[in-house]
Amino acid sequence: MTKKQSRMLGRIVVTFVLYAALLLARQLGALERVPHEAVLCCLYLIPYLLIGYDIIWKAARNIRHGQVFDENFLMMVATFGAFGVREYSEAVAVMLFYQVGELFQSYAVGKSRQSIAEMMDICPEYANLEEDGTLTQVDPDDVEVGSVIVVKPGERIPLDGVVVEGESLIDTAALTGESVPRRAAAGDAVVSGCVNGSGTLKVRTTKEFDDSTVAKILELVENASSKKARVENFITRFAKYYTPVVTIIAAVLAVVPPLVLGGGWREWIETACTFLVISCPCALVISVPLGFFGGIGAASRQGVLVKGSNYLEAIAEVTTIVFDKTGTLTKGEFAVTEILPAQEGGAGFSREELLELAALGESCSNHPIAGSIREAYGRKPDVNRVSDAEELAGHGIRARIDGREVLIGNEKLMAAQGIACTPTAGGTVVYVACEGAYAGAIVIADTVKEGAAEAIAAMKRVGVKKCVMLTGDRREAAEQAAAELGIDEIHAELLPGDKVSEVERLLAEEGEKEKLAFVGDGINDAPVLTRADVGIAMGSMGSDAAIEAADIVLMDDDVRKIAAVVQISRRTLAIVRQNIVFALGVKALILVLAALHLANMWGGVFADVGVSVLAILNAMRTLRMRNLRV
Amino acid sequence: MKKKFKLEDLDCANCAAKMEESIKKIAGVRDASVSFMTQKMTVEADDERFDEIMKEVVAVCAKVEPDCRILL
Repeated sequence: MTKKQSRMLGRIVVTFVLYAALLLARQLGALERVPHEAVLCCLYLIPYLLIGYDIIWKAARNIRHGQVFDENFLMMVATFGAFGVREYSEAVAVMLFYQVGELFQSYAVGKSRQSIAEMMDICPEYANLEEDGTLTQVDPDDVEVGSVIVVKPGERIPLDGVVVEGESLIDTAALTGESVPRRAAAGDAVVSGCVNGSGTLKVRTTKEFDDSTVAKILELVENASSKKARVENFITRFAKYYTPVVTIIAAVLAVVPPLVLGGGWREWIETACTFLVISCPCALVISVPLGFFGGIGAASRQGVLVKGSNYLEAIAEVTTIVFDKTGTLTKGEFAVTEILPAQEGGAGFSREELLELAALGESCSNHPIAGSIREAYGRKPDVNRVSDAEELAGHGIRARIDGREVLIGNEKLMAAQGIACTPTAGGTVVYVACEGAYAGAIVIADTVKEGAAEAIAAMKRVGVKKCVMLTGDRREAAEQAAAELGIDEIHAELLPGDKVSEVERLLAEEGEKEKLAFVGDGINDAPVLTRADVGIAMGSMGSDAAIEAADIVLMDDDVRKIAAVVQISRRTLAIVRQNIVFALGVKALILVLAALHLANMWGGVFADVGVSVLAILNAMRTLRMRNLRV
Repeated sequence: MKKKFKLEDLDCANCAAKMEESIKKIAGVRDASVSFMTQKMTVEADDERFDEIMKEVVAVCAKVEPDCRILL
C-alpha cells in the first residue's frame, strides 16, 4: 500500500468507528435526547467531513475548472441532498462506502500493475564491460557494438551478442515462457533479457542497447495499452453521455413529480440523490482496460507479445489463418526425409549403402543438397575411396567410388545416361546409379517444424475455419507439407508480391465478423503482415522489420502459442463483456427501482461502489490465466 | 515527434479518458493517448511547436485532474 492509500485507510477506520458509535447511540435512543435538530446534524457532520472533505474540496475546485459532471461533484450533491432531507446517516454511509470503494480500486489497480511489471522485469541494470583485461560495470546504454562483456552466473544478459568464450545454460523463460534452459557455447548468439545459468560467458555485443531484444520488448509492452480496443472506446464514449443523462433525469425527478403530484418532496429528492450516486461512471470505465491489461500480461507470460488491446480483441474473431511456409511451418532447413533403394531389377543396395554411396559421391561438393546428405550420413566420408569426381552442371555428379562408376543427380541426369529410374515425388529427389544400374533415390525436403501439425489441429479446435499456406516453393513440396500438417488450402510457386494479392483476395472473402491472421517469419513478409487484420511474426528468427510490422509477436517462434492466444483473447473479452453487462444491468435495475421508490441510497452505493469492486475482481481474473492447454 | 511521459497520481480511469480527449483537441496534436493502467501518456505533435504544445497539455491536464502530475 502506498502512503496515500494507508492514510486513506486510517481515515476510513476512524470514520467507521465514529459512525458506528452514532448508530449505536441511535439504537439505544440516546440521540432522541439531543435538544435541537441542528446539533444532531452537526454530530453526523463530524464523520462526514472527516471522510469526505477531500471530495468536497475537489468538487469545488473542478467546478471552477468547468468540470461539472465529475464524480466528486456528483457525490457531493448526492450527500448534501441527503443532509437536506435529514437522512444524515445515509449521507455519511454513502460517502464512507464510496471512499472504501475508491481505496479498493486504487489498491487493486496498483496490484495488477505491479504484477505485470514484475512479469516484465527483464530490464538489465548494468553490463560488465571488459577493456584491456579489466572489468567495469557500466550502463548497458553505453556499451558500443563489438565490445566484449562478461555475463556472470545468475546475471541477466544485458545486450544481444555472440558468445566468444565459455559455456552455460541460459534461462529464456522471461522472454519465451519456455522453461527448459538453452545451451550456449562459443559461436552461439545470445539474446538480451535471458538469465545466464551456471557458467560465465564472454559475449561480443552485436547490437546497441536500444536495438537489443530486451529494449524492443519493453517498448512494445509499454505501448500496448495505448492502442485501445473497440469495447474500450465504446465504454468511454458511453460514459461521456451516461453521466450527464442520469444527472439530468435526477434533476427532473427531484422537481417535476412533487409539483405534478403535489408534495412528497422528501422522497423524490432522495430518489434524485440515489440517481446521482449511480451516475458515477468509474465502475464501467475501469474494468475494461484492466481486463485487457491482464489479458496482454497473460499472453506475454506465455512468450507472446500482443501490441495492443485492439489486436487482442481482433484475434478472438480470427477464422482464417494464413501461413507462410518456410520458417513458419517448416524449419527452413533441408534434410533427408526418405531413402528409397531401388526395388527389383536394381543394384540391390540397402538404405545404408545407398546413403553411403551418395555421401561419398557428394563428399567434395558444396551444394546445399550435398550438405544435407552428408549430415544424414553422420560420419565423415572417407575421401580416399572417391576418385575422378566431376560436377555435371545442372545434372549432378559423376564419381568413381571403390572403383565403380557412380552417378548422383536429378531426373535429367538419369535420362541423359539412359538409366531407367522410378520417378519419386515430394521435395528435391536425388537419384543414384551404380555401374549403369539404378540404385535408388534420396528425398530431401524442408522438414516440418515440431508441433506445427499439433498447432494447426489446436487452431481448428478453437474455431479457426480455414488454414491457408502460401509459399514460393514448388507445388509438390507444398502439397506434401500441407498433407502432413492438415492445411486446407495451398497456394504454391508464389512470388513475394503474389502473397499480398492472395491475402487481399482472402480478406475480401471474409464475412462481417470474421478476421484474417497472417503468420510469417518476416523475410519479405512485412507488407503482408501489415495488410492482414492481425499480423503475427516470429520473434527470435524474424527480422526487425517484421517485428515492427506485426501486431503479435511469438517470442519463441512456436506456432502452437497462437491457439493459446486465441483462448486468452476470448476469455479476456468474455470477462470484459461480463463486466459491461453486469455493471450496466445493475445500474439500470437500481435506477428503475429507485424511480419507483423501491431502492434507497444504499442500493445506489451498491450500484456504484459494489459493482465497481466486483467488476475489478472479475477483471483481475485475466491476470491469473496461465498454462492454457488447447 | 512522438514522446512518452510518466504520470503521477492518475487515480481515476474516467479522468484518463477525459484527459486524452482534451489533449487530442489541442491544435498541433496529431495523436495522444493516456493509459490509466501504465500511468503513461504518449503525445504525438508537430516538432517545431512541441514544447509549446506540451505547456498546453500540462494546462489541460491540470484542469481535468489537478492531482495528476506529468513528469516532464
